[in-house]
Parts: sequence; structure tokens; C-alpha cells
Amino acid sequence: MAIKRPKGSFLEKNLHIIFPLPAVVFVIVMMLFPVLYTLFLSFTNWNLTSGMPLSIVFLKSYQKVLREPRFIAALGRTFSFTALAVAVETILGMIVALILNREFRGKGFTKLIMLLPLVSTPVAIGIVFNLFYDPTIGLANFVLIRFGLPRQAWTGSAATVIPSLAIVDIWQWTPMIALILLSGLASLSSEPYESARVDGASEWQIFWRITLPMVTPTLLTALILRTIDALKTFDIIYAMTGGGPGYASETLNVMAFKYSFEYFRMGQASVILVFLFMLVLFMSLLIVRMRKSLEL
Amino acid sequence: MAVCLVISLVPCKEAMMKSKLMLVILVVLTVLSVGAQQKEIRVLLANHPYGDLLKAAIPEYEKATGVKVNVESLQESQLTTKLTTEFATRSSTVDVFMTRPLQEAKMFYKNGWYEPLTDYDFSDYPKNALDVATFGNKAYLVPLVTEWEVLYYRVDLFKKAGLSVPTNFTELEMAAKKLNSADIAGFASRGKGAAAVTQLSSYVYNYGGTYLDKGKAVFNSKEALDAIRFYGKMLANYGPAGITNMSWENIMPLFQAGKVAMWTDASVFYGQIVDPTKSQIPAENVGIANFPAGPKGNTPYIVVSWGMAIAKQSKNKALAADFIKWATSKELAKRGMLANITMARNSAWKDSEVRAKIHPGLIATQEYAAKYGIPYDRPYMSAVGEARDLIGEVIIESINTGGASAKLESLAKDKVAAVNSLLEDTGEYGVY
Repeated sequence: MAIKRPKGSFLEKNLHIIFPLPAVVFVIVMMLFPVLYTLFLSFTNWNLTSGMPLSIVFLKSYQKVLREPRFIAALGRTFSFTALAVAVETILGMIVALILNREFRGKGFTKLIMLLPLVSTPVAIGIVFNLFYDPTIGLANFVLIRFGLPRQAWTGSAATVIPSLAIVDIWQWTPMIALILLSGLASLSSEPYESARVDGASEWQIFWRITLPMVTPTLLTALILRTIDALKTFDIIYAMTGGGPGYASETLNVMAFKYSFEYFRMGQASVILVFLFMLVLFMSLLIVRMRKSLEL
Repeated sequence: MAVCLVISLVPCKEAMMKSKLMLVILVVLTVLSVGAQQKEIRVLLANHPYGDLLKAAIPEYEKATGVKVNVESLQESQLTTKLTTEFATRSSTVDVFMTRPLQEAKMFYKNGWYEPLTDYDFSDYPKNALDVATFGNKAYLVPLVTEWEVLYYRVDLFKKAGLSVPTNFTELEMAAKKLNSADIAGFASRGKGAAAVTQLSSYVYNYGGTYLDKGKAVFNSKEALDAIRFYGKMLANYGPAGITNMSWENIMPLFQAGKVAMWTDASVFYGQIVDPTKSQIPAENVGIANFPAGPKGNTPYIVVSWGMAIAKQSKNKALAADFIKWATSKELAKRGMLANITMARNSAWKDSEVRAKIHPGLIATQEYAAKYGIPYDRPYMSAVGEARDLIGEVIIESINTGGASAKLESLAKDKVAAVNSLLEDTGEYGVY
């Protein structure tokens, strides 16, 4: 330091506390407190429609909510939506990354275009896709009919609503997986490839035996990020279907929203959120574990 | 203030620094004190035609009174969410807000979030509009907008098919059948579970049923189920594809695009249907008729869809009371009427300028509904959001099966039990 500050200055003495303080305060106020408060609420029967003050009921809300068929169904949907979306995103992302890993004209431009879905606002995406999916005046059915295919109800039918929503998620998030994988592919050394080619390996063998194993750590990182995010998907589903038709696209997050802000059962909504929190935590730990065991 | 405190904690030894700091503090304090002198209120409006009208008119109010009005506009369900969160956490700075009497008033009243309006002149309002604004012997909200269910229809398509406007459900079904084609849906009405509950209500009433009777759920009665089956059959056979995920915001664009021949919904949408910037259908081709009669007569709903209230937590109650008087005034009500918004004030409907300009179908259907209508379009209870979802399940089952579901009775019975337990939870069971 060029200028000597007087010793014993309050700032000087406590730099190690003061500098990280904003971050620590932020984490406590904006992250830790809400989680703990939700945990607290989940042990209460707080319900605004009754007009009664909240009282602590311990595990009663858990017993009620976790047994409800609607909750079990929402849990299943959360998984099926996540599995469908993330699986397709991973495969498509891999293909896109492999293509982009080659040299061709307009590569930079293609990468730029691919970023667009990532920076779009989910609710705006939802509104546009709703117009696109509209069974009567939407573009999707117009295209299907032009190709002689039957009309679809898309988000209008319980049978097709989850895949329709997954398509939106895939449209938005495949580029992210592709870009992460692309950075993984770019960092691979070329030596194994050269020797494989000398040994006469086919392109498929090269991908399967060399590229895939080498890019697996990156792939798993992308998977963790996407899985956690997809389990928590809310905005697209809420904006497009609100969990409908009926409850056919209601995931845990949407259900928790409805429980809190449409039914005003704050205590029971907290139960769902605590469960979702545990679920996401467990899934993340599982994938981190998997990643470690693969690296050994 | 926070800024000043943080700054003053930092020891600044140099005199220069100190004087600069003092200057900064002085400036900040001056700005703050000037800000405090300006009278302000915070008003939450809905994204509703009347909310938009108010927003545009507020500068006039600010100019006349010198009060600064901080306006926020929100979509209706987000408005409820925001108000609930702010009031429940006791952190609200809201002074005046738009509110949906049938959706949230019972709950808001119970939690003590409305300020009673003891100093307001309610003589210009119809009695059934005041019913939902009053708890005990005090009024808690000013009725703003009324809505009733009507039949919108395409005049040109009816003429082409040689049909007359249906006056009962049998004629409605025949007309829908005749007008339905691969390109145009003969009939539309909300199919999205909870959202459909309000528009289904007139069907239920005209079949002789109701949702709640004497504080108990009764929508599994034969009359109510007949209505739900008819509604399901109509939408399944003649409705647009994907109807179980459609509320008014999905049906209106279809009507505007000329893809729907008849549509039963709230009277409030007429202005938007004929708005030439949004609709491909010329205004003269859009007709408004009375809701068709059912086997038990014709008593469509007519409800106060929006009201305005003062927040109990408000610290500017005098300013808020003055604002609400202006925002619900006769003068603004007339302006609302001229913009095709169906206002609650009696005088607004008697004004000769209004009557000359507004669609005669709107005046005729309002007169009918005001005389014979029922002032509820949903189960009137605190837990109405959840009750609507439960009834919505029955509606969707009926639509999915074309009204022929064999398990509709048992499903409705389960849902009635669920709604009754909601009523019990909130102490409203059997209370009326």
C-alpha cells in the first residue's frame, strides 16, 4: 500500500469481516431466511381463508399433503417432465455440439442465434408458444395439416400437454447444453483421435469410445444444472397452462403456487416446497456422487 | 436516511472530506424532506378496461389536488397475490386498491384488510350490488363494474344460415349444430375448469340448480348435473379444439378471428370484441342477446365484478377516501360507460348521452339481468379459489365425455364433500 493508514483504524482492523459482509448478509437475508421460514411454515396450519392466526401443528400438514393423490400425481409429473425434457436436450445438445465443433462458414453467427432462446423471458416464450400451439388458429396445426398430418390439441389435452410443454423447455435449453458441451469438446486434445484414425477406427467408434468418455465430466455438469432447473420449472408451465387442463400439467412447483396464492393454504404449500427442496438437493447430491465415481 | 448513516459511520479524518460529506448529507436530507412534504398515495389497479381508464385520468386528479398518485397495474390474479402477500405480512403501503368482491371480499374482510367506508354515499347503487359490498351493517367496498352473462353471436352467419337468435337451450343447440363447420366452431364458452365455473353458473341457474344453498354445496343436484352435462355436450360437440384449456383470453382471439359463431361469456368483453384494431369482424356483425332460457326459466348471473376499497393498513386514510370518491364518481362512471365499460352506478345507465351511444343489446340485456338476474356467479365463500378448482374437475370430466360420463354423479358427490369441508374449515358451513 502506498499510503499508510493510521494503525488501529476500525476499517483496517476488521477488513476480513467487512469485505465479505455484504455477501454474507445477502445469503442470510435472501436465501437462508426464506428457506428456514418456509420450513417453519410447513409445521403450521397457516391458512388465510380461515382468518385465524397460525398455530403449530408439527407434522400434521405433512401427513395431509404427502398422502394426497393430487400431490403424488404432481410428483410423478415433475419427474416425467424433467426426464423427457432433459433426455432430449442432452441428446440434441450433444448432436448440435458435435456439429458446431467442426469448422464451417457462419459458425459464429450460428452460435449467436443459438443464444437467443436462452436470453428470452420465459413468460413471453409461454405466450408466443400458446399462440403457436392454439389448436384452431395456431401455426403448429397449420403446418401439420399442410403435411397431411392430423391436428393435435397440444396443451389443450391431458394426453399431450406434458410433451408439448417439454418441447418448449427443449427449445429453450438445448442451446445451453450444446454450448457447455462445446466448451468440453474444444478442450479435448487431438492425440487420441489421431491415433484412433491411424488404427482405422470408424467415426462412430471414435465418438462412442473416445469423445463420449472424455466429455462425460462436462456432460454431467450440464446434466446437474439442467436437472435441478427442470425439476423447478414454473414460469413456462404457469404462463402456458396454469397446470391445466384440469391438473394435467401441474408439477410440484405449480401446485405449491396454487396452494399458496389461490387456496391460501400457506402451511401446506410450504410442505410441498420443503419436499421439492429436499428432492432437488437429493438429486444434485446423487449426480455429484455419480460424477465422482466416474472420475475415479 | 440509510445512505447518510452508512456514510457517517466511516471516519473521515481530513477536513476536506468532512465538509464534502456534510454537503452530501445536507443534500440528501433536503431531498428527503422535500419528498416528505409532497402528499402521496399508492393505488393498485387491475389490468381491466376501467383500471386503464383510471390510469389515464389520474393526471387530472393529481393536477386538481396536488396529491401524487403512485399507480401499479396488475393482472387480476397477480393483484390478489400481491395484496394478499402485502397485507398478510403487514408490510403494506397500499392505500387504495381494486378488488373482486365475489373472489376475495369474504377472505379480505375476515382478515380485516378492508377499511369500512362509513363516509360514502351509496344511494346511486343497486341493492344487489351493495349486498356483496356489505358485511354486518358496514360497507367495505364501492361497486365499480357489473357484469352479466350474454350470448355474443355473429349476425352475418345467422343471416346466411337463415337462423334466428336462440332464446332457449334447445334453440342454442340447434343453432350450434347448424353453424358448426370444419372451419368455424358453432359454439364456445369457457372450458378451463376453474375459469368455467362463473360462465357455467347461468346454465346451472336456468336448469334450476345452484352451487351453494344455505351455506352448503349442492352442485351434485340433478338440476346442476343436467346443466353440467348440457354444457359438456355443447362444448364437446360444437366447441373449438382444446377447449378444456381455454378461458376468455383464449376464446376471444378465436371470436375476433371469425372462428366462433356463438359465445356465452361476460358482458364486459363487448368493447374488445368490436375493437377494430383487434378484431377482424366488423362491429355490425357482432350481436349481443340475452342469455338463453333453460327448462326452469332465465335467471343469468349479474355480478359486481370489480370494486374499490381502502386498505385498513393505510396511513393516508383521508387522502385515500378522497381519491376513492373521485375514482368512483358519477363523472368517471359516465366516461367508463362511453368506453363500453358496464358500470355499477344506476345514474350511469340513465344518462341520455350514454344511452345514445352504447350498443342497444348491452342496454337491453343489462335491464333484463338487473331485473331477473342472480347476484352470484360462483360459490360465494372464502376458499372460493379451491372450490372453483373442485367444480372445475366436474366440468372437465363432462366436456371430455361429451356430457355422457357415467361417473359424473359420484365425482360431483366427492367434490361436494370436499367443498363442504372447505366451508367447515373456514366456519362458513351452513352459515348464510
